[in-house]
Amino acid sequence: MATPLSLKELSKKEILFTPGHRMCAGCGAPIIVKMVLLAADYPVIASNATGCLEVSTCISDYTAWKIPWIHSAFENAAATISGVETMYRSLKKQGKINDEIKFISFGGDGGTYDIGFQSLSGAMERGHDMLYICYDNGAYMNTGIQRSSATPFGADTTTCPAGDVIPGKMQQRKDLTKIMAAHNIPYAAQASPSHWGDLMKKVRKALEIKGPKFMNVIAPCNRGWRSKTDDAITLSRLAVETCCWPLYEIENGNTKITFKPREKKPLVDFLKPQGRFKHLFTPENEWLLKEAQEQVDKNWERLLAEEACFAPKETKEKASKEQ
Amino acid sequence: MKLKGWKEVEPGAVIKEPGSAMKFKTGSWRSLKPRWIPENCINCLLCWIYCPDMAVKVKDGKREDFDYDYCKGCGICALECPGKKGKKAIVMEEEAK
Repeated sequence: MATPLSLKELSKKEILFTPGHRMCAGCGAPIIVKMVLLAADYPVIASNATGCLEVSTCISDYTAWKIPWIHSAFENAAATISGVETMYRSLKKQGKINDEIKFISFGGDGGTYDIGFQSLSGAMERGHDMLYICYDNGAYMNTGIQRSSATPFGADTTTCPAGDVIPGKMQQRKDLTKIMAAHNIPYAAQASPSHWGDLMKKVRKALEIKGPKFMNVIAPCNRGWRSKTDDAITLSRLAVETCCWPLYEIENGNTKITFKPREKKPLVDFLKPQGRFKHLFTPENEWLLKEAQEQVDKNWERLLAEEACFAPKETKEKASKEQ
Repeated sequence: MKLKGWKEVEPGAVIKEPGSAMKFKTGSWRSLKPRWIPENCINCLLCWIYCPDMAVKVKDGKREDFDYDYCKGCGICALECPGKKGKKAIVMEEEAK
């Protein structure tokens, strides 16, 4: 029986991720890992791409994990876990293992969007029974905030510094969740730690589905985002409410938005508390704010249209009757 | 703690003790300290789920005090705490010198 998704019941479960890890104070990634492991009602084996999470949870002779966990390199977290999963299937066929085990791979945005992209794409296409979770903090935070392809438009990083020459990153971020869905995998979703119930529900749903699954989770980083240590949850909530990080899932090609804010907040609400965007709030960079807002609006409109397009027939009929 | 020499380390850097990071107390990183005020607590456990350091102790679904051995003092719990009637159940205070 699955543990009900109430905090009271969940708190009785053992968290298989221990304190004493050396992530920065107020980091978003350990919150995500904790929620994922709490949501899983199966024994889990995990692999990890190089990144903050990997480095700080297994420093020298210490490990913060209470599950079998493997790290091999930056670019191959997905390939590593797909190898483990293949061995598991073989052992199961030989009758040496009977337990139902789930396989999860964790990677940061650097190890997922950029460096680990080919191995992730390959693993998804081969159809391994695994869940890949990307904690997206929008830059290579571990090595000192270098831009990645997940860095949002206009953000200041050490390799696209805002100054006289450029006003921060001039390219849009890659929409990896959509790219993963385009692999025609059974499940791809986007989540946020601020909406813990939604995140855990998605993890549970993903683990019940056979085949490759992908989840992209926003992970605030106060060092890289130049924000306060206590606002990881507030910022991830604002990202959702401004629709720049919409919560949705694509199941068998059907898009469903799992959280629609009652009132779509302006993007500046999300940008303002972050020092990496502070240069955008000068008169000469006002056009950047406008452009960033337009990008968010366009993506949100597209997502709404996609949802309407693939809605089940009954809801479509209902909607047309209402009109 | 004495660091292990290369002869004592497991081949392949395997760590055989799950959760051994517990031996490393991160509480000394803290500059701000959260204080729990039980009379304002509604036991919503949001502090527990949002704590990045598993430093909120809960027993049988009931909130208990902080685990100051590991709390890094980020303040997420205090910010997210809904409190009772506008009164926060967690406040951040300067760590005593």
